[in-house]
Formats: sequence, C-alpha cells, structure tokens
Amino acid sequence: MIRPIKIIPLLFLLLTAVAGKSQDVNILLAKVKFNIDKVYDYKASARMITNVSFLKVPDADVKVYFKKPNKLKIKNEKGISFVPKGAVSINLNNILSGGKYTAIDAGKDKIGNTIVRVVKLLPEDDNADVVLSTVYIDEAALLIRRAKTTTRTNGSYQLEMSYGNYASYGLPDKIIFTFDTKDYKLPKGVTFDFDDGTQNNRTAADKAKTKNGSAEITFHNYLINKGVEDAVFK
Amino acid sequence: MALIINVNHLSKKFNDTYAVNDLSFTVNEGDIYGFLGQNGAGKSTTIRMLLTLIQPSSGIIEMFGKKLSTHRSEILKEVGAVIEKPDLYKYLSAYENLSIFAKMSGIKVTRQLLMNQLQMVNLQDRAKDTVKTFSQGMKQRLGIAVALVHNPALIILDEPTNGLDPQGIADIRNLIIRLSRELGKTILISSHLLSEIELIANRMIIIHKGKKMVEGNVADLLDPAHTLVEIETLNNTEAAALLQQSTWAPFLLPKNQLQLMMNKTAVPQLINDLVTMGVQLLSVNSSHSLENYFLSLTTQSGNVEAFTN
Amino acid sequence: MWKLLQIELFKISKRPRTYIAFIAVAAIVFIFQFAFKADGQSYMDLMLQSVKDTFSFDRVQAINGYFMCYIILNTLLIQIPILIALIAADSISGEANMGTLRLLISKPISRTQIILVKFAAATIFTIFLLLWMAITALFLSLLIFGAGDMLVFRSKGDESQILLITRDDIMWRYYAAFAYATVALTVIAALSLLLSIFAENSIGPIIATVCIVIVCTIISNINVPVIDKNVKPFLFTSYLVGWKGFFYIGTDIDGKTIKGSLENWPAIRKSLLILIAHIFILVSAAVVVFKKKDILS
Repeated sequence: MIRPIKIIPLLFLLLTAVAGKSQDVNILLAKVKFNIDKVYDYKASARMITNVSFLKVPDADVKVYFKKPNKLKIKNEKGISFVPKGAVSINLNNILSGGKYTAIDAGKDKIGNTIVRVVKLLPEDDNADVVLSTVYIDEAALLIRRAKTTTRTNGSYQLEMSYGNYASYGLPDKIIFTFDTKDYKLPKGVTFDFDDGTQNNRTAADKAKTKNGSAEITFHNYLINKGVEDAVFK
Repeated sequence: MALIINVNHLSKKFNDTYAVNDLSFTVNEGDIYGFLGQNGAGKSTTIRMLLTLIQPSSGIIEMFGKKLSTHRSEILKEVGAVIEKPDLYKYLSAYENLSIFAKMSGIKVTRQLLMNQLQMVNLQDRAKDTVKTFSQGMKQRLGIAVALVHNPALIILDEPTNGLDPQGIADIRNLIIRLSRELGKTILISSHLLSEIELIANRMIIIHKGKKMVEGNVADLLDPAHTLVEIETLNNTEAAALLQQSTWAPFLLPKNQLQLMMNKTAVPQLINDLVTMGVQLLSVNSSHSLENYFLSLTTQSGNVEAFTN
Repeated sequence: MWKLLQIELFKISKRPRTYIAFIAVAAIVFIFQFAFKADGQSYMDLMLQSVKDTFSFDRVQAINGYFMCYIILNTLLIQIPILIALIAADSISGEANMGTLRLLISKPISRTQIILVKFAAATIFTIFLLLWMAITALFLSLLIFGAGDMLVFRSKGDESQILLITRDDIMWRYYAAFAYATVALTVIAALSLLLSIFAENSIGPIIATVCIVIVCTIISNINVPVIDKNVKPFLFTSYLVGWKGFFYIGTDIDGKTIKGSLENWPAIRKSLLILIAHIFILVSAAVVVFKKKDILS
C-alpha cells in the first residue's frame, strides 16, 4: 500500500515538469499553425469510405471544400452520401482555432514509426462544446498525426492523418475520422420487411462496437487558395 | 328414326334427397319433346345433366348415339340451349354476346352469320345496344339466337316462355315450330305449363318429384282413353268405399277415391253402376284436356301404375 | 385455348370494374407523389430521426423517382391484392351471378380449360396492373422527381439499416422486383379464383380473399419465435414482400455495398419457388373443385 503522503510530492514534481515544457509546446503549436494558416481555402476531390454498422453504402467520390476560418463542406455531387456531422473538425483550424486554449505537454508517444509529441488542449471558454482535445504532433515535420476531441454534445471523435504531397500546407492525403454514433432506429410500423432468414449473428461485444463509426477520406488533389464560392457551404 | 337423346335410369341425389330418381326417356330426331313437371319436379336438374352442368349420381345419358360422359365436347357442339333465364353479359352488346358464344361453340364466325342470326330473332336493329337495355322478351330472343348460332341439331329450351307477355310467348312458340318444321331441328322444351307444350310438342314426358309419371305421344295422351272423371256425391266416404269394392277399383286414383282415370266412352256405364249401388250423385265431371291430366298427376302424386300399365 | 383467352380478355376489358383498379393505382400513386413533392422532407426526417444529429446528407437528392417508387410499392401489400381480387374473385362467381356460367359450361369447352383461361386472364390483368404501376410509380416519378441514388430503410431482426444503392444499380432491381411482384400477386389471383368457385356473387370471394390476406399478413408480422418457426413459413403472405429482397444489396465484411449484388438471392429464389408452388396448388385445387361442382346457379 502506498501512503498518500508519499504521492503528493511526486505529483508536485510531475506538474512542475509539465509547466516547464508548456512553453515549448506553445511554440510547437504555433509552428504547426503557421503551416496550416497558409491555406485560405481549398477544394479537393476525395474518396470517402464510410464504416458505420447500420449504414450499407458504397465508397463515395466526394468534393471537400474549405474556407477560412472554419467553413468546411463535404459534398457528393453525383449521389447521396451520409456525412458525419463531426467531420467539420477534419479542418484542423477548428481544433487549433484562435489559440484560445491552454496547452499541456503530455509527453511523447509513437504512431507507427514516428515519435510524436502529445499535447492536450483545454479551451479557455468554459462553455465551449469541445471539452478537451489531444493532438499528436510529428515534431520533425510539424504535422498533426492524430487528434482526439471530446465534446459536450457530440461525443468524442478521433482523426488519424497521413501526409504526402500537401504536407507543406498541413493538409493530409488521408484522414480516418472515427466518431460516436447511436444505433439507427427505424420508426415502428412504417415498413413490412422481407424476412429472408439472414441472421445478424451479432454478439453483445459486436453490438458495443457499433457505437463507433468511421469515415476514411482519401484526397486525390487539392486546389489550394484558388478561391471557393460561399454558396457551396449552404 | 335416330335416337337423339337416350336417358337410362338417371338419378341425381342432393344430400339425401333425390332430385331425379331413376329417370329414363328417349327423344327422337325431329321431335318437339315436351318436358313437363311442376316447379321443383326435377326438369331443370335433368336438363342440367344433359348439358353437363350437373354430374349424375347414377345412370347413363347418350346423345347422338354417344355417351355424354366420354364424348362431352363432341356432343355439346351439336347442342344449343337456353337454360331458365336467358342470362347474357349485360355489359356487352347483343352482337358481342352472340359473337362470344359462337366462338366458344367452335364455329367460324362472320359478321354476316351473326347479323343473320340477329335478324332471325328480330334484333338486327339492336345489335350494338348493350343487353342491360333489353326487355325480358328481347333477352329471351337473343338467348335463342345464342343457342342457335352454331346451327346445332338439338335445341334444349328450359322454360323459354318464363316471364314473357302473351305476345312474347306466341313469338317463341312460332319460332320453335319454325325451327322444327323448316330446319328439322330436334327440340326438347321444358315447361310447367302444359298448355304451352300441348300446342307444339309431338312427344312428352311428365315428371314429378324426380320420377317419370308418364311418357308418350301427345296425341295418345290426349286420347279419350285417358279421361279424368270426378264424382261428387252426398256421402263421399260411402261412395268411395263402394267404388273400391266394385269393378271400377283399378281406375281409381290412389289419393282421391272419387277420381277415376278411364275411357270417356265408359262414363255412362259408370253413372249407371253408381246409381245401381245406391250412390246419391251430385255431379260427374269428365275432362280430357292434357292440362287436367297433368294437374291431376302432379297434385296427387304416386299414380304411375294407373297409366303405365 | 388462345381464342378462349382472347374472349376472356375482351370480356374483362369491357367491364367498368376493370378500370377501377387502374384508377385506384393511379390515385394512390398521384397522392404519394403530390404528398412527397409537397412535404417529402418530413418523411425523410421521420425515417432518419434517430441519426439526424450524427449525419447530414442531401435530402433533396434522397427524394427521387427511385425512392418514390419504393415507397409506393410498399403499399402493394395492402392495396393491390384487393384490386386483383376485384377481378379474379369475379372469375367464376361473377359468371354464376350473371347467369352466364350455365351457358359457358354447356359449350364444348372443358371445365379445366375454363379455369386455366380464367387464371391466365387474371394473371394477364395482374401483369397489366403492375405495368401500369411501373409506368406511374416508377417512370412518372422519375419524370417528376428525377433519378438519383436510392435509400432503403430496412429493419432486420432487432436492428435497422439504411442501404444506399447507386443510381446505375437500381433499374434492374425494379425489373426483378416487378417480376417477383407479378408472381406474388398471381398467388392472390389464384386464391381468388379458387374462392370464386364456391360463391354465386363476387362480393363473398373478394371479401374472403382480402380477409385471408389481411389475417395472414398480420400473423406474418407478429414477431414471436413460436410463430416465426411454426407458422410463418407456411403463410404465403410471408413471401409477398420478397420483392424487397432485390433492394437488399449485398455488402462485404466492412459493410460496403457491392454493386449489382443481392444480400440473399437463395432466400428470394426460395420464396419465389414457394409462391409458384402456391399458384400451382391453388390452380390445381380450383380445377379439381370446379370439375366436380354442380352448377346450380
């Protein structure tokens, strides 16, 4: 058994260490943001693969539009696509917006073979929807590899990003967006369905998994800072 | 003369009741054969068996020398029928109705043929009108046109004058006579009115409760030998008892002991004997119309032997 | 036989009641189209209530001709059997009622032929009714609402699903679905025909057909394991909605739809065979019963 009296000095030591590093973290964030801020708007073609248990959809070719400060729209011009509402946050500007947060260095981690710096961002505004964001920054490339966000109303979501040609703008080639989703419930009595005897065979564990959905967006090409009409965001 | 219809021991049982019971009769080529009986006597059931609407419980029907059960289609090509009411497709015109049934009879249908047929029943001007606008008489005439359109050798008419006015009845009667005389058709006509049959039929059968009462030539059945004599006395019971013990007993109708079926020429002898026996006569009525004959048979059933022996 | 069928079709075409079915179908379709043109969003919102916070999608595109036709075909189950019964249940009983059955049977046509021709005519009527449905519900809807990807809302066991079929993968499904519906409704026609032999006016068999369909449909939709296993497989109504199987698109293990695929073709095929067996049994029964029947009308 560890006595509380011995833990308190240990915590104190840890916290001072964090405070000491926060200065570095803010600089790191500023550098990252500098890259991102170079983008005023973009238009990109992308392929979206949605993975939600109750949604049976094909891969969709979509257009992604962005305009500063935080307008983002994912559009399927040829058909219908279910776009997760939280997907707006694939715009990293949203996470880092305004710099009105307290950044806490949470040490280092590893994503694949890359060592990343973990930074927790606590919004200064107590009423903000975002409660906590955690970003995983590749310090060498000054790119955010992963972001986890917890919100008050929309559950939490996570972004995994990989970069390629547009890394200099802080724009990823591929984003895997994971989000919370409720089960889909069809209103009772609106359809008579054909019971073809197909069993779901889902275990309780499977059902628990369905609480998460993901959308994988792979960008083909970006048209950066070429101007985007406001109308597309309506 | 060829046998057109030969019915042998035909019976039809519905549940436990015989609608037709061991009925046998024959219709010859060229006959106008009267099929008589009260409503419910089994006429329609018999006719329906002839037309395969009803399956017989037992017995054999032969038509044109072939068994109906095995040569149905072949036989029915040669039969035209109006069964009870001349019901047709009300929403179709006279011409369309005629055309449909002609095609079903398997003949080649031409406009000329159909119009001729309508002309024969005097409906050529109403060819395009729907049947629902027709009077009962017009429907009946169209029904006959339908029965005749495929030029059948045998025509079966079930109560063809039902519901018609006197003129309508006369028209049908004339048509039947014409069909028989001019076209040589064999006709089986059923009716509950003997007066109808009396005027046109050469042979007839009377059935009652599914059983044959009598079959024969109309002329024979109108013979004075078959006169119905009714006696009225002061004491009917005593008179009946006396007759029962006399030589007149075989001529008494079983249900009414004061009715005799006998030769009209013997009536004076009967009166004489009654007086001798001390019967106080009030009246003696004799009638030889087929109508009375029919009535007496059917109102006092069970007297087959008296006339068939 | 062909001549008899022509006669039968001619008779059906001349009857005013035949067109009631076509007018009714057009009316149902137009009402749906009008309602969805006016306020289709509300329906979409209702269907997507439980996920409206999680997802956004283009509602205008979702209400298109293909989706409309699917929604309209959903009513097939309740409405169309009545309309089929209106004609098929009249096949024999109507003739009996009019008095023409006597004449019909006294013609040199076998009773088997009469039943087969009546059945063929009822089937052709069913096909025409469904063609009319395809014209109004599918092609007219496509004209009014345009084409687009199609959403299918489905409850599967205790969960619900949203399926998305891309526009270039839909038409063949409709052709298959209409073909399936023809077979399914032909069962109704065969049932009506059988029932019509027993009656002397068409009201009885129409009501009897509709009652059987309604009762069996209700039982088919009771979700109790005992009924699921022991009763449902034997009710033809359990297979009436099998046309929907053509819109249950197949998916890979990740839940991604596979273009041109069906989730469970063997189940559809089995349903189809069961329905065809029903038709065969009902028509055979009709022939047997009719051959033995004494015509007393």
